Amino acid sequence: MSEPVLSVRDVNKTFGGVKALTEVSFDLMPGDILGVIGPNGSGKTTLVNVITGFVKADSGQVLYKGKNLVGTAPHKIADRGLTRTFQVMRPYYSLPAYKNLIVPLFSPRARRTGGWRGGGRMGSRDTVAVDILEEIGFERESYVPYKTASSLPTGYLKRLELARCLALRPEVIICDEVFSGLSMSEMASMVPLMEKLQMEGITLIMVEHRLRELFRLANRVLVLNFGAKIAEGVPVEVMADKQVKEAYFGSEEVFSYV
Amino acid sequence: MAKAHESRRKERLDRGVKVRSDGVYAVASWREMAFLLGPRLLLIAGLLIMPLLLWPVPYWQKVLTIICIYSLLAIGFDFLAHYVGLVSLGGALYIGVGAYIAALLNTEMGLPLWATIPLATVLGGGVCTVLLWPCLPLRGVYFAIVSLMFPLLAARLIEAFDVFGGTDGVMGLDGFPNSWSEMYVLIICLLLALFALRRLVNEDVGLVFRGVKDNDQAVKASGINITTYKALGVFIASSLGCLGGACLAHIYMWAGISQFALDFSIIPIAATVVGGGGTLAGPVIGCLILVPISELLRDFGTLRIAVYALILMAFIVFKSEGLMSYGSRKYNQFEHWVEI
Repeated sequence: MSEPVLSVRDVNKTFGGVKALTEVSFDLMPGDILGVIGPNGSGKTTLVNVITGFVKADSGQVLYKGKNLVGTAPHKIADRGLTRTFQVMRPYYSLPAYKNLIVPLFSPRARRTGGWRGGGRMGSRDTVAVDILEEIGFERESYVPYKTASSLPTGYLKRLELARCLALRPEVIICDEVFSGLSMSEMASMVPLMEKLQMEGITLIMVEHRLRELFRLANRVLVLNFGAKIAEGVPVEVMADKQVKEAYFGSEEVFSYV
Repeated sequence: MAKAHESRRKERLDRGVKVRSDGVYAVASWREMAFLLGPRLLLIAGLLIMPLLLWPVPYWQKVLTIICIYSLLAIGFDFLAHYVGLVSLGGALYIGVGAYIAALLNTEMGLPLWATIPLATVLGGGVCTVLLWPCLPLRGVYFAIVSLMFPLLAARLIEAFDVFGGTDGVMGLDGFPNSWSEMYVLIICLLLALFALRRLVNEDVGLVFRGVKDNDQAVKASGINITTYKALGVFIASSLGCLGGACLAHIYMWAGISQFALDFSIIPIAATVVGGGGTLAGPVIGCLILVPISELLRDFGTLRIAVYALILMAFIVFKSEGLMSYGSRKYNQFEHWVEI
């Protein structure tokens, strides 16, 4: 068995009196897709924030390739290849879509790695940006990469958020609800995209409410409730877990639709 | 009715200029190039000719140099506020630091004027950046208040510790050889700064600056240290202010605590409001309007501030987007008749 690329050990976080995370631990193996689910307010986004350094854990360790990340600045964590998307997308609405990728392509990591598949030396950042967008489904023939971000539908904006991560050539991407707010067809086209990223060798953590798509993708699933881990395992095991049904789905009948 | 106009229609002047998307320009003819270059050449030529026009009235030539100094501050403020997201009220700090560094280099170390002004620009920018560094994580009004405190503090410290000549200031600086060099050094610096900044904000690094302003979380998540870019922004803006301050010290042949006066913090902001924020050229236009008004209003004595305030209020109420944004919008809407 190989070493876990990311391992979270006994992480605690409280906001005032609210316990957002209680003794959360898990390991992430390279190449895996880990799903994180839980009811609203169960601490999913806090977990993402703690791992990526936007929020500092009160105690516990976040080991990324053997080094503790707690207390490291977010930009340094991203620089080491652990990137994230945001639940609320805020692109530069006034700029063309490809211009939105100039910022990540300007980062020290992108200069080192040459951007996505760009080889050692980068060409113009604009060209690399358009290539990345084409890679994840912005059709170049119909000029989608050149359209202003404000004119793009949510599906493309979610992909744009993902593209921002890809521009850094990351090793791990933590996706904070990439499926939320998408139509059924947009979601259907997103699933193969995530599979493709997995094939490229990128390790993924997906925080989701959409169980149907998530269970198709994820190798392992982690369930949070009130900040504590209540179950972890392969999707089939987790689905069968009584505690999960109680906490997350309320009753067994609702659960049957998955 | 419709028949009379059948063979002609109205067309916007920039129709040939804007293709497919904003920002991609295809310039096809001299006429279109003139359309694009016209306003820029007007500003450049206007500023360069101004000293000659004001030849008969030396007092107004002096006002022109002051306008340039305020303009340098104002484009720095505009850049910092609208492209980096830091609202800095520290204009007086930049002027004061620039003036004192130029004065000390000139009187203590005997450096000539052409060396003190560039040195004061760079060193002053460095000093201001170091002073403001701890405040960089602050945002919005909090940064504004802290940066306002610095010039007040600097003036009181110089007074209390009686350093750098205390309340008398540093005297006996070299003046400019003549009033022409005074004006043209400032005008050329202003034009260079203006066009350099406009170029900068449209480059890739400019997008990073705008990212820091609009969505600093995403910039952090992209592996970029936002503090570095904020500091770089402060350095650029404060260098411009220090350049103005150094010139001011050499024009008055004196550097004193009145160069930490709040005017230097307030007027650039007012000029940015009048001229239009985020346009960079707007604040220069704002200064070209506000500084002469403030001079003309000297006759009103103490009522000066009241009249000044009324003018500002009128601008904010009736043209809150600013003259430059309004003007460029209207300019792009010009239409002409074309044969079909």
